[in-house]
Amino acid sequence: MNLFKKTNAKPVTAGLHKIVLFWIVVMSGLSLAHNTAYAVVEIDITQGNVEPLPMAVTDFVSDDDIGTKISGVIAEDLRRSGLFAPINKAAFIQNISNPDVSPRFEDWRIINAQALVVGRVSRETDGRLRTEFRLWDTFAAEQLLGQQFFTRPENWRRVAHIIADAIYEKLTGEHGYFDTRVVFVSESGPRNDRKKQLAIMDQDGENLRFLTNGDDLVLTPRFSPSRQEVTYMSFAQGQPRVYLLQLETGQREIVGNFPGMTFSPRFSPDGQKVIMSLEQDGNANIYTMDLRSRKTTRLSNTSAIDTSPSYSPDSNQIVFESDRGGRQQLYVMNADGSDQKRISFGDGSYSTPVWSPRGDLIAFTKQSGGKFSIGVMRPDGSGERILTTGFHNEGPTWSPNGRVIMFFRQPAGASGPQLYSIDLTGYNEQRVDTPNFGSDPAWSPLLK
Amino acid sequence: MNLLMSVSRNPVALGLAVALALTGCASKNSLPNSPGELGLAANGAKPGSQQDLTLNVGDRIFFDTDSAAIRADSAATLTRQAQWLAKYSNENVTIDGHADERGTREYNLALGARRAAAARSFLISKGVAANRIKTISYGKERPVAVCDDISCWSQNRRAVTVVKGAGS
Repeated sequence: MNLFKKTNAKPVTAGLHKIVLFWIVVMSGLSLAHNTAYAVVEIDITQGNVEPLPMAVTDFVSDDDIGTKISGVIAEDLRRSGLFAPINKAAFIQNISNPDVSPRFEDWRIINAQALVVGRVSRETDGRLRTEFRLWDTFAAEQLLGQQFFTRPENWRRVAHIIADAIYEKLTGEHGYFDTRVVFVSESGPRNDRKKQLAIMDQDGENLRFLTNGDDLVLTPRFSPSRQEVTYMSFAQGQPRVYLLQLETGQREIVGNFPGMTFSPRFSPDGQKVIMSLEQDGNANIYTMDLRSRKTTRLSNTSAIDTSPSYSPDSNQIVFESDRGGRQQLYVMNADGSDQKRISFGDGSYSTPVWSPRGDLIAFTKQSGGKFSIGVMRPDGSGERILTTGFHNEGPTWSPNGRVIMFFRQPAGASGPQLYSIDLTGYNEQRVDTPNFGSDPAWSPLLK
Repeated sequence: MNLLMSVSRNPVALGLAVALALTGCASKNSLPNSPGELGLAANGAKPGSQQDLTLNVGDRIFFDTDSAAIRADSAATLTRQAQWLAKYSNENVTIDGHADERGTREYNLALGARRAAAARSFLISKGVAANRIKTISYGKERPVAVCDDISCWSQNRRAVTVVKGAGS
């Protein structure tokens, strides 16, 4: 599915030596310096509050409002990341009417816009939308990016997210995460009679679509890393089982033929296996099923509750929770089930571990002192950090670049859960708006 | 069914309400039959029905936090359930296991299953045939009491015995 044709636009200025933003965050903030060696932009994401980079995203030039809509989505993506501070358009001095000529850099420097985004949207004779943009370093007076995209008009939001990802990647050196989706459980109705539906939306909450009609209780959807496919748990026909759902066809099937409740599914990093728990006689153990051979493999064998398995991105290890020691704690084992060892030792209980796509951290839910927190620790259990604490926070999921965590929060009282995102630093907590209550979010990989 | 589920948290109150309704009904319409002649228990429940189990035996037991241990009060309820099942040997049951909302979703699914399994084992130990008892867990998805303190949580940590065909 090749929705987008991308070509590089010719840079307006040429022949300048490489001058880039050199971006280091040292606890307190941001320092900008010119560096003539290599394009190196670094963010220390493990500590400190990141001071967002002031920048200007101008209205993209177009005959109708589509240009402004696209640049608006780009600015909003960048703002929500917490790493960029798009400047109020009312402060702009120069009006960009032709994005192909060099901007008046002094007009942008004077309002402290350290980066400038300009663009144009037009329609090809075949009806396709053509979107061009340029990213400028205003202090170096140099173009950092120039690209154009062709797509059908209904994909305009995706073009905006792809451009926002390109800008994010150029300025931070990390992959973006804006051209992604979130699958979650949409909840409506009273707390003792909740209707739950699988739903999917863009990461910014737009383009929401329901995947189930609410007749069956559905829980814990998870994206395939490689296909347009979701695994989740459903109580259809009164049999709580793990299912696969093809997003493009709507086709669904039960995963495996197990004698008891299967739950807590997740894909392996190559998308070829589902790992999950099987409950029998009150015990829960961890199994995998290979989706091609249908072969099932048992990985744990205890009289405890072993659940919430999640692979390391290299597929060599699995983190899971178990109450084999008395209460829920996190354990790591090899992918074949060998060498199971506990990694969480703090006060309270730990659950719902999820391995970061970067491999360096494990996110979890922690219960302690009557509060529910979202935190991270290294795979060896060291370096525990709590990102947010309150009455009830649960179920973290990672953005595909390992930078942002989404989770759900149930406030005390009769209302319902909502989705939130938070930066790995613990800053920039943002509500993710959904039309109904929302829980069990799972972030997709970057779209292809 | 929803009405029954929401009121049946207080079986005594429901029993009284049903009894009063029946009495009122009988006198107003001068029906000749007493509840006993109609084959009903004193509180109007049809013997061998879900309502009979709920009102006259006790359909549910409760658990301590994160525990599936059968408490002494629960053992008494389950023993009565086993006697009831011996009397109505054509009825099969499903035990619905539940957790309170103060836990994470996956664990609570397993905990509800563990509670249902504990109740089932107890009934089997009292002579109920294993193939008459199914179990299912709803985790924390089906609270009957909704508030944010222990008065509700303790009611939600439960295993409910449902006569097959009665729904849950």
